[in-house]
Amino acid sequence: MSETQVQTGHPEAEKPQFYLTEDHHPEGSTMLGFWLYLMSDCLIFAVLFATHGVLGRNYAAGPSPADLFDLPIVALNTAMLLFSSITYGFAMLQMERGDKVATLFWLAVTGVFGAIFLGLELYEFSHLIHEGAGPTRSAFLSSFFTLVGTHGLHVTFGIIWLITLMAQVAKRGLIPENRRRLMCLSMFWHFLDVVWIGVFSFVYLMGVLG
Amino acid sequence: MSSHPNAPSHAPAHESASHAHHGHSHGHEAAHGTFRSYMIGFALSVILTAIPFWLVMGGVFDSKLLTAFFVMGLGVVQIVVHMVYFLHMNPRSEGGWTMMALIFTLVLVGITLAGSLWVMHHLNTNMMPMSPEMMKNMP
Repeated sequence: MSETQVQTGHPEAEKPQFYLTEDHHPEGSTMLGFWLYLMSDCLIFAVLFATHGVLGRNYAAGPSPADLFDLPIVALNTAMLLFSSITYGFAMLQMERGDKVATLFWLAVTGVFGAIFLGLELYEFSHLIHEGAGPTRSAFLSSFFTLVGTHGLHVTFGIIWLITLMAQVAKRGLIPENRRRLMCLSMFWHFLDVVWIGVFSFVYLMGVLG
Repeated sequence: MSSHPNAPSHAPAHESASHAHHGHSHGHEAAHGTFRSYMIGFALSVILTAIPFWLVMGGVFDSKLLTAFFVMGLGVVQIVVHMVYFLHMNPRSEGGWTMMALIFTLVLVGITLAGSLWVMHHLNTNMMPMSPEMMKNMP
């Protein structure tokens, strides 16, 4: 703001100033664009939540959430995702300091927590299907598998992205491009944690509550 | 910040200073927290996660409605905590556009959720499966 006011005495110098402020734009717009993608993803989850809200009580004389869900495992799962969120935060702080090795270390820890989360979820799914409570059993289970499965799929791709970025950072260091990518993945990862809050509150806890 | 137009000796110094500051704040406001803010967010998240699990698993309240109210309420609070401490949402980032997009999305999500539940609830109550006896008496 002050720059243009200072420059009012020199009209010919005004134009380059505008180009200079525009120069910052592309860097910021990636973040905004990625945020918009996350918001559209949010709508996908909203639709799946709405579906589960509508169908979540239609058991078709089959098992109910109270029969199926093992809350201690869900609590452990939630803890894993929460830990992975804070370790990704540490990775971002190390990235800010420019410490490549520490960034890679915290990214690896994040990946491990994410993988444990995914493993537990797959174990739960296989357990349910083995018990005869697969996605075809009732409308409740169809919507449950779709919602939680979509979240799990997001985490899977998040981990693939994480490994890709770790290779990128290891090879080329914390260059501006990699910093930008890490910031995008940071938003993605924390966003998945936000969605999981909705899943464990609305699907698991409210489901068991009946 | 109104500087004198005819004070050329001050202008360059001031300009470069403000420019450096601008570059600095741009790098930091975008998506970064401090160790302290991450730890505050983490501690709040742990508390806000533990309470609803404890309420349901321990069967603290007799009333299901009260438990459901607390579970959903604490969930909403935790989402806000994540938005502020982990996603670094604030009304200023990206000139307010992220907040604008978020509000727009929340409105859409609200319409989707409330509308679906409302409409489908009415369909459920008004169009329950009928017995053949009821079918016979239909107008």
